[in-house]
Amino acid sequence: MTPETSKPSRVYFFGTCLIDAVYPDAGLAAIRLIEREGVRVVLPAGQSCCGQPAYNSGFPAEARAVARRQLQAFPEEIPVVVPSGSCAGMMKHHYPALFAGDPDLSSAQAFSGRVFEWSEFMVRVLGARYEDRGGPLRVTWHSSCHALREMRVIEHSKHLLRQLQNVELVELPGERECCGFGGTFSVKHPAISGAMVNDKVDDIQRTGAARVIAGDCGCLMNITGAADRRGLPFAGQHLAEFIWERIHGG
Amino acid sequence: MAVESFEKSVDRALADAQLRKNFAFAMGNFILKRRAVFSDAEETERLRALGNAIKQRALSRLPDLLEQLEAACTRNGIRVHWAETTAVANRIVLEVIESHAAGRVVKGKSMVSEEMHLNAFLGAHGIEAIETDLGEFIIQLAGETPSHIIVPAIHKNKAQIAKIFHDKVPGAPYTEEVAELNAIARRTLRRKFYEAGIGLSGVNFAVAETGTLCLVENEGNGRMCTTVPPVHIAVMGLEKVVEKLADLPPLLRLLTGSATGQLVTTYVNLITSPRRAGEKDGPTEVHLVILDNGRSRIYQDPELRQTLQCVRCGTCLNHCPVYTRIGGHAYGFVYPGPIGKILTPQVEGLEKAGGLAFASSLCGACEEVCPVKIPITSLLRRLRDESYSREPQGTVPGRGCRQNLTERLAWGGWAFLNTHPRLNRMVTALLGMAGDYLPPAGPLERWMRYRTEPQFAGKGLHRRAKEEGIADE
Repeated sequence: MTPETSKPSRVYFFGTCLIDAVYPDAGLAAIRLIEREGVRVVLPAGQSCCGQPAYNSGFPAEARAVARRQLQAFPEEIPVVVPSGSCAGMMKHHYPALFAGDPDLSSAQAFSGRVFEWSEFMVRVLGARYEDRGGPLRVTWHSSCHALREMRVIEHSKHLLRQLQNVELVELPGERECCGFGGTFSVKHPAISGAMVNDKVDDIQRTGAARVIAGDCGCLMNITGAADRRGLPFAGQHLAEFIWERIHGG
Repeated sequence: MAVESFEKSVDRALADAQLRKNFAFAMGNFILKRRAVFSDAEETERLRALGNAIKQRALSRLPDLLEQLEAACTRNGIRVHWAETTAVANRIVLEVIESHAAGRVVKGKSMVSEEMHLNAFLGAHGIEAIETDLGEFIIQLAGETPSHIIVPAIHKNKAQIAKIFHDKVPGAPYTEEVAELNAIARRTLRRKFYEAGIGLSGVNFAVAETGTLCLVENEGNGRMCTTVPPVHIAVMGLEKVVEKLADLPPLLRLLTGSATGQLVTTYVNLITSPRRAGEKDGPTEVHLVILDNGRSRIYQDPELRQTLQCVRCGTCLNHCPVYTRIGGHAYGFVYPGPIGKILTPQVEGLEKAGGLAFASSLCGACEEVCPVKIPITSLLRRLRDESYSREPQGTVPGRGCRQNLTERLAWGGWAFLNTHPRLNRMVTALLGMAGDYLPPAGPLERWMRYRTEPQFAGKGLHRRAKEEGIADE
């Protein structure tokens, strides 16, 4: 895949609330990998959450208040790169609906137009190339629902993953099936969510992969949490963190 | 339905290993079959867009089309009855049956008749309703309700069906041979077709232009029900009307491919009139009962109206990770799965059925395959909004029924935190220090039933990035 557009000199990075609180290494790796391509990254201090938790829970006014804060935090006309298919999907595809009839609709639409999922940005805009310095490793890939169905960026993510020549990618038979996270769904319907994640964990276990790689930390927290609980040996890692580790020999 | 009872039935379903195995196996097969007939992604997308356009066009003129349908049917000799509620529909059916002094009705598969709980109603009036679709026949013997809108007995495996036949059909031997099981059903049912005074069926599409009722099926029992008894009663939801005969080919292709992965069903019935003078077969009377049961209310809201595009193919059930795990009965209502989650709360009201709209991870697998492109996840979100809505205007019954102070304060607090970045950073830091000591209560307890606790970072991304000199504005 070759880049489709010219490279900007600066981009915004939306860190996501989950990466900030639980997975900062994934966020830092994603930032470093963008800077490695000669692009300056700005991580605005005024950002917080995309608003999806409230948006999906029946509280659109609260979601809109939080989303509006993001519109303000990323004012310049430069790309907003998001290391999550889910948060990116919210900002790119749902902000226009969330702001329907609101005075900020046009700025929400303009903002949505600038949103990129991280792997999509690395491939489509930066044309990133990687050389694998790590030892042989078998991994599998989990497609998050919103990266798959809203952002449609799975091919970009896998394109990056396949550049790592010492990494054997074993496809997951149930790759397209939800891991059961669903944000508040996981705590509103714990039994159904638990059944879904345990099936996902079984599926991963059967591939014999040492690690499951994904582009969304929500799925990762869910999957590795369930695997840990059952004492299973595989780990989970965000794609950016995995690539950063591999190109540095880890 | 209270949340507790849904959760209980979910727990029961999840604990039933055989049930989960049956569903996982059957749904997996349906997914593969559908994929095989819709292998050309571009062509499938074109067809789905066409299906969507046909149904949207029909809905945009719904009142006109229904009048046109009534006029055309009447011209053809089909008697049209309007039923605002299921109670009225049941009474209409009963009156027709009683006017012919019939004691027995043979039924083709009809979800609207399930919605009417027609069999129980007729039974209470001393009339025997016999299901003739093989799946429906099985569950009627077992005294159950459909667990899927296309394959009602899909929760049963071969051995379970063999046992039901052996126990309930007089003289039936125990056999797990599919051909023999089919033969038992055929033998039992064949007699009933000749004896029944009334045949009852559903309708897949009703064509306003010509007054034609279209009915698809694979077993021939539908054709028997609609041609052998002297009287045929068809029941349909009012959203089944389409504009013209030319709309049928793409819709049939979409319905059949999505439902069973077939290019065409074994039987495609187009019924336009009772038996005419000189014709040798067919019923002498055909009745069409058009049921509203909340549909015209759904129709009033332009967004929610999209619910009525549904052609009842059931593919959203097959692709749903929730349905696949809990099966159809756990939902507690006639229509299970994603379509049930958007339809039932609107028909039954949010107080009774609104909880269904929350039992989804919003993964979108359903709307990815919906043949008429119903935006199911958007409608689920809309029903969640309706459940908590404080606005006075709206058409969904039970609007605002979930309002409560606890959640309002929680989301208010969440919004406050996420609109005050400095405070937010402090809380992140605090979680990093104290996260391990959080009491496992509330949402965290529910999370930890199946997973370990999230490990909050000592230093969040923003602090780490700042230390590394990454610009923050």
